[in-house]
Amino acid sequence: MTPYLPSLFGGMLLGASAVLLLVVNGRIAGISGIVGRLLGGYQVPANIAFVVGLMAGPLLYAATYDRYPAVTIAAPWYLVLASGLLVGIGTRMGSGCTSGHGILGLARFSKRSFAATATFLAAGIITATTMGILR
Amino acid sequence: MTGLSYARLAVAFLSGMIFGFGLSLSGMVDPARVLGFLNLASGHWDPSLMFVLGGAVLIAVPGVMLQRRMKKPALDTRFHLPEKSAVDTRLIVGSAIFGIGWGSAGFCPGPAVSALSIGLPSVPLFVVAMAAGMILHDRLLTRKRL
Repeated sequence: MTPYLPSLFGGMLLGASAVLLLVVNGRIAGISGIVGRLLGGYQVPANIAFVVGLMAGPLLYAATYDRYPAVTIAAPWYLVLASGLLVGIGTRMGSGCTSGHGILGLARFSKRSFAATATFLAAGIITATTMGILR
Repeated sequence: MTGLSYARLAVAFLSGMIFGFGLSLSGMVDPARVLGFLNLASGHWDPSLMFVLGGAVLIAVPGVMLQRRMKKPALDTRFHLPEKSAVDTRLIVGSAIFGIGWGSAGFCPGPAVSALSIGLPSVPLFVVAMAAGMILHDRLLTRKRL
């Protein structure tokens, strides 16, 4: 259990962030939605503020713990590129990602978000496991 | 801009920063940790993602209960919530495409945007490709409805 405490606490912070945005600004903290609306030219100032804050988060972590969080990308560049394209298309078509559907959608007991979360978790597990075996 | 809209910007920034800090603390900003969960055949499966999602929902559920008792958010005239309720083909196909992309490099939108400040070249590559995918979808695959 102990090695998973930072994950649990970090997850609780994700929940707290989403609740803050919901009860104060009345908005859903869904990152694909926020980035998508930003790219589409909707609610630009607020979405920029959120995105800048999101990027400041790891720096605040580094200032607090005196080290940057680990970010390890094993995939070659062409896979990163293809993966980004799929994530961009899929999250817009499916109206959300791990944050909007996975956190707030589940907390709102949304049928759509349960279906979306089950689908992307299953697709993610099948893809990562298959690629892990083939590698 | 009014004082109210400045306050909303400050809250959006703060919410984003707490989110980015939470991703860092939880380890989910690291695609290797995410793949450690998604790849069941690695031989050293990492259940962290379940704790992250569990912790997040644990806090978000009472937050949503609170929101449902409020007539309007503290700094706006109404809540801006998704209105669709039907599970349709686009939702499932889109989520499956997202899942395939997520499982192939370990990045989803939140961690990828957050990790832009870390300074690894693969991160902006992913984010630019993701933005291109979003624009491609919104321009070609849908009638504009954001």
